[in-house]
Amino acid sequence: MRTSTANIASAILTYGFVGLMAFLSVFPFIWMALGATNSSIDIIKGRLAPGEALATNIANFFTLVNVPLVFWNSAKVTIFATVLTLAVSSLAGYGFEIFRSRHRERLYRAMLLTLMIPFAALMIPLFIMMGKMGLINTHIAVVLPTIGSAFIVFYFRQSTKAFPSELRDAAKVDGLKEWQIFLYIYVPVMRSTYAAAFIIVFMTAWNNYLWPLIVLQSNETKTITLVISSLASAYYPDYGVVMVGTILATLPTLAVFFFMQRQFVQGMLGSVK
Amino acid sequence: MALARRGGIGRYYDVNGWLFVAPALGLIALFMVYPIFWSLWMSFQSGRGMMMKFAGFGNIVRLWNDAVFIKALTNTMTYFVVQVPIMILLALILASLLNNPRLVGRAFFRTAIFLPCVTSLVAYSVLFKGMFAFDGIVNSTLQAIGIIASPIPWQTHPFWAKALVIIAITWRWTGYNMIFYLAALQNIDRSIYEVARIDGVPAWARFTHITIPLLKPVILFTTVISTIGTLQLFDEVYNLTEGKGGPSNATLTLSLYIYNLTFRFMPNFGYAATVSYVIVILVAILAFLQFFLARERDK
Repeated sequence: MRTSTANIASAILTYGFVGLMAFLSVFPFIWMALGATNSSIDIIKGRLAPGEALATNIANFFTLVNVPLVFWNSAKVTIFATVLTLAVSSLAGYGFEIFRSRHRERLYRAMLLTLMIPFAALMIPLFIMMGKMGLINTHIAVVLPTIGSAFIVFYFRQSTKAFPSELRDAAKVDGLKEWQIFLYIYVPVMRSTYAAAFIIVFMTAWNNYLWPLIVLQSNETKTITLVISSLASAYYPDYGVVMVGTILATLPTLAVFFFMQRQFVQGMLGSVK
Repeated sequence: MALARRGGIGRYYDVNGWLFVAPALGLIALFMVYPIFWSLWMSFQSGRGMMMKFAGFGNIVRLWNDAVFIKALTNTMTYFVVQVPIMILLALILASLLNNPRLVGRAFFRTAIFLPCVTSLVAYSVLFKGMFAFDGIVNSTLQAIGIIASPIPWQTHPFWAKALVIIAITWRWTGYNMIFYLAALQNIDRSIYEVARIDGVPAWARFTHITIPLLKPVILFTTVISTIGTLQLFDEVYNLTEGKGGPSNATLTLSLYIYNLTFRFMPNFGYAATVSYVIVILVAILAFLQFFLARERDK
């Protein structure tokens, strides 16, 4: 009898705690969605009901911001960063794992040390470099330093350990060249690794802030993250507009999360296997 | 003949190996390794903009006497010391609760708690700034429930401004860490817990004596990641405080200070590089320390 009372108490405690945490985690999303339908004053006053200002907020957002251009900028940066990072890193991960040599092993270990380098220590030299190359205020400058990623190389190498060597042997018997084996056999077989890595790189590129903030200086080149940040830091920010912007900026990552939930979690877990 | 052939294969292997890894290594060398040494060199230079001259240890002496730097360093360490343990403990508790297969709706709870991870650091900072406004939703709710009598000055009081940053980061990253622990817990045989339960080991003791020791490698891994992340904190503070790290530098972080030194004030690349090396050294020391501590406890 005592145990059953204790069980009920612990169940209440468990569900209460987990439920509260789940609520707190989701609440800002609800607040954001409701906020988009309310006027700025109502949002700040904490109104928690759908309002009638949605159309006004959207209209204001579109007048304040060149929406197609900003999204095109974000998309461009993200697509280039993602495609190039995946290509370069999977080549390297494959290369390190399949063609082993003492020298490359040493370089690989040195490369992993770069994981500890904080970006703050790179931004000044990178900024000067981009300046010398005449790339300030270009999207090339945003993408270029992000392509070589020790973490993604590491991720691909770890996953390549599961790539069956028989496939490689068979392909060699068939007379395929190394690049053909990579392109026609490795890439299709490793689809799920690519999917998980895609999510990591996509999220990082789409949400990247500090580096674009430094190199993108005109309104014509700014990405959505920069635009939201500057809308919200106005002296009197129009929170209705900010909410619309935040929703639009979050939708792509939210979509990726819901459609690729398994790979998403796998991508987050990445290295620990 | 045989030897020559083997040499041939060796070289073929080697050339291919280099071709595959060259693009990544080249880019990492150019945009990570070269700049990190450049900023080391820069940290011994001083001057405005590109006009720099050798300054020896002048920048390090300046660090010592720079009250704003000391403030930024203390703030950064405060975030790290307070936030990382809270978040890791919270994530561990949530993971061990959600690992129970009898918990109804655990897929829903898991997804809900993980959801903050999809937001960009800028987006959620902006949301938190609005929710924690002086007459905003958080204060009015807390007042309605009766937890506080008067609104908390989340953005104008040094203590509460720091608390807000900590709350915000904890919201964003707890679910992320929880996922790591959940994945690791799945590899633990549940019968261990059953046996402990039948033997009358209470829940908290199962947590401290089974869960935590078995998850130690993952806890270490996430602690290192969180440490490195917290030491580099920028986006949140910048967007919660309009880039100022206010009120009166109470939330300023090292990264924000470096940004301000370089791009907001009269640019002093040399001194900013010196400050950035403080982060490099802190990351290295703390990562080393955590690995060392974990190994010590193993003995």
